[in-house]
Amino acid sequence: MTEHAHVEEHFAGTNKLFISIWGWLVALTLVEIFLAYKPMPIHLMLIVLLGLSIIKAALIIAYFMHLKFERVSLILTIIPMLVVCIMLLFVFFPDSFRSAGLRYKFKEQPAVAPAQVEEQ
Amino acid sequence: MSTEARAGHFPAVDWEGGAFPYRVGHRKLGMWLFIVSDSLTFSALLMGYSYLRASNVWPTPFPFYPSIVFSSVMTFCLLSSSLTMVFGVSASSKGDKAKARKWILATIFFGVAFIVLHLIEWQHLIHEGMRPFFLPEHWVKVFTTTDGVPPSPLFGATFFAITGLHMFHVATGAIYLAVVAARVNKLKHEDVEISGLYWHFVDLVWMFVFPLIYIMSVDVGGQLAK
Repeated sequence: MTEHAHVEEHFAGTNKLFISIWGWLVALTLVEIFLAYKPMPIHLMLIVLLGLSIIKAALIIAYFMHLKFERVSLILTIIPMLVVCIMLLFVFFPDSFRSAGLRYKFKEQPAVAPAQVEEQ
Repeated sequence: MSTEARAGHFPAVDWEGGAFPYRVGHRKLGMWLFIVSDSLTFSALLMGYSYLRASNVWPTPFPFYPSIVFSSVMTFCLLSSSLTMVFGVSASSKGDKAKARKWILATIFFGVAFIVLHLIEWQHLIHEGMRPFFLPEHWVKVFTTTDGVPPSPLFGATFFAITGLHMFHVATGAIYLAVVAARVNKLKHEDVEISGLYWHFVDLVWMFVFPLIYIMSVDVGGQLAK
């Protein structure tokens, strides 16, 4: 099984590359901590933080976990199904927003939508 | 003729099965599949947390010190442990087992440092009065809205469940790496690489837990200090 032996010893990437990836990860983490103390709307904050996290995750998967240097077929088998499954979990959010309106009677934010009130 | 023997004569082409359809061994493929399933576990937990947060009044109680300082140093520990692990795998690929063992031991050191720091951070919060299903009384007072809606007591449940499960992963990873370091001379390079995959995954999960749990719950205005 010469081919098997070849697979086992293959490990691309230099230490210099890995150190620079580590540097990027630390820098992006520092940006996140800095953003924590910048007053901004929570939605914007969430989008920016998740964006940074996805970049960091991609760097870790591609270089540290070495997926960039694997066969494309392995990447195609693992990544898209994971992304789709995680996306499917978002179906719960409309219910989450709805239940907030049901549970509390906020003064600023009425449980009944203004449009419905006008119809009555 | 066995499948293995056939694969030797006719190397497998992508998508056509055979012994090495992805040019990785079956152990490594198994670890990748485990990582996929485990990332769905963490995704579900983080979604559950987001669900609760979006449907409740949510407290944002973490002060700069100790919470954010500790969690930032912990993040640094995990990122550095990933780097030392990569060095270990790289040394192992060159057949330098002694060097690989040293780097793996450095990785374990950072992993244990992460756990110790995290437990100290937990202790701070428990001392404040935070419990899985209760908030400290002064937090409830501060974070109750002007409409009189109190903050969700489930803050502690989501915090302890998600960071606790992650800490459990770090602990099992440290034990796994200790076994790999002890047996590194007997193991194939691929086995060392597989343990590295698991360790990087633990780091990767923290890259989502840290901003969503810690950064999003910072007490920006210092409301609790007032």
